[in-house]
Amino acid sequence: MNTRLATIALLSGTVALAGCAKKAPEQLPPAPEQTTTDQGTTVAPVGDTGPTLGTQAHFEDAVNGQNVIYFDTDRFNIDSADAAALQTQAQYLSRYGAISITIEGHADERGTREYNLALGERRANSAKNYLISLGVDANRIRTVSYGKERPVALASNAAAWSQNRRAVSVVIN
Amino acid sequence: MKQLIFALALFAIPLATSPLAAQSSDLGTPVAEGGSVETLGQAEAEEGGLSFTVTDESDWSDIGVAIAGFAADRDRPTPANANGTAALGREISRVITANLRNNGIFRPVGPDSLPQPSFAQITSPSWGSWSGRGVEMLVHGYVSARADGRLTVGCYLYDVALQDELIREGWVVPPADWRRAAHKCSDLIYSRLTGESPFFDSRIAYIAETGPKDKRIKRLAIMDSDGANHRFLTLGSATALTPRYSPDYKKLLYLSYVDGNPRIYVYDIGTGRQQLVAETGNPTLAPRWSPDGRNILYSMAVGGNTDIYRVPAIGGRSVRLTDTPGIDIGGSYSPDGSKIVFESDRSGTQQCYVMDADGSNQRRLTFFGGRCATPEWSPRGDQIAFTRIAGDFNIAVMNPNGRNLRVLTSGWQDEAPTWAPNGRIIQFFRTTRNSGRSALWQVDLTGRNERRLKTPVDASDPAWGPILP
Repeated sequence: MNTRLATIALLSGTVALAGCAKKAPEQLPPAPEQTTTDQGTTVAPVGDTGPTLGTQAHFEDAVNGQNVIYFDTDRFNIDSADAAALQTQAQYLSRYGAISITIEGHADERGTREYNLALGERRANSAKNYLISLGVDANRIRTVSYGKERPVALASNAAAWSQNRRAVSVVIN
Repeated sequence: MKQLIFALALFAIPLATSPLAAQSSDLGTPVAEGGSVETLGQAEAEEGGLSFTVTDESDWSDIGVAIAGFAADRDRPTPANANGTAALGREISRVITANLRNNGIFRPVGPDSLPQPSFAQITSPSWGSWSGRGVEMLVHGYVSARADGRLTVGCYLYDVALQDELIREGWVVPPADWRRAAHKCSDLIYSRLTGESPFFDSRIAYIAETGPKDKRIKRLAIMDSDGANHRFLTLGSATALTPRYSPDYKKLLYLSYVDGNPRIYVYDIGTGRQQLVAETGNPTLAPRWSPDGRNILYSMAVGGNTDIYRVPAIGGRSVRLTDTPGIDIGGSYSPDGSKIVFESDRSGTQQCYVMDADGSNQRRLTFFGGRCATPEWSPRGDQIAFTRIAGDFNIAVMNPNGRNLRVLTSGWQDEAPTWAPNGRIIQFFRTTRNSGRSALWQVDLTGRNERRLKTPVDASDPAWGPILP
């Protein structure tokens, strides 16, 4: 039922979803009241004063900040650290069956623009495919590439570039 | 009237149904299309008699050209200049002077440091006053306001030593297009003296950038080849990238995030309307026109795997041209439309490949150290420009067989070459380390004449169109 709802939302709401995806992950969308009642009864809330279920903050809290995975230059493979992070994400997604996510793929600035858009899409799909292999329904995962257009680290050095080569999982509200 | 019919016809055959009203939400007011320029049937001067001596082509920058103020038959009011046709004549000469400067070929002297010829002297130069000025070439011209409101602009090139006319031409332009007459005169001079094809009467589409590095606002913009007549086409609420002018200048292909996803659109400049190029749930990237404007190349990522597709510009079925695992992207047609050079990482790194226009006979072109990205076939067909990645990013050219690599620039990150219509100058964008600020630059094929093209704000993704129709 939850999955079905999510699927319908995915299929029918391209514009609405796009609206969410355009926001930076730090900008938290308001939490829907209804989502809480949709969840299974086995999972306790993160905390009485913690973030509301259905928000990005709730997700990031629950996966302990492992909603971002990082890649080597020009690579898109899932290494062991990425795998551990994605397993945590998969656990969260299996626990909260109504949650859908967008995986945003990014590249560092040291690439040509169009190639980086394709590379970001490839990285987002690597993360998506890994989550699917862990049992997450493909219909609950959307991807979008921002190429080199949205860096988080602003310097032009190896440390900054390694932070920017990333795939970020963002809760779709 | 013809243009109106054409526009209606375009709308009758939509490329793809695009019901999203949101698609147009980032579009600015459409810009008025330019009027037509009519070339007057003036006889050209006799061939031959080019008198300046060129002992070494590298010394061509020593060709002194005096561009005197264009004379008005009578000083009349014109919408093209608040001070009338006489002032407009001098302004046209200034535009020509600026065009001829910085190409490494000419040493132009503009109207502000030269005597102003009378209208009668335009066809009969006062040789004595020019021969002592150390210039080999003399440009005269005139402006005349016609009864129908349009302007007639005449352009004459003289050899000072020979005291003879080399070439002349005239154009009738709407007042709003007076700069095009200046560009056509620049092209006439450039072509006559270098033997190369013209390029000044052309436009550039690019992406105007503002804001901090992590919140960059990117807007679609267009301008003349000299930066004049600058217009923003999108408002900046959605990121716009990688524009390409259609060969007839009526449309622009570009990538927009207006619906939240990277998708390519075709924007009709006259109507200000745009449509998706391909109706698909997948990201579409890297739009390109075929030389005849009948086909569009685009790259589409499906499940993370990017391939190149071709679709008729009037809409229809897409044909997939590449099918290797990995990223096949971009594509630039040879001028005759028979081949496509493109970028692929099928070998493990970005390299340039060539294929027939139907996707057959794919083979790798580049085997030098480093990577090859964003290949662009010269409009002359004799060179391919690309981004060479070997530590830093630089603009380079090679022969269409992948040989004779020549690196033309030495910035930290020089990217995305686009050719002038005559294939002699390459424009690109240069990004500054750390700040992320970017600007448009151009370089000639020797690599020695490099200059920045001024834009109102930061700039990237230039796309130089052909000579205006």
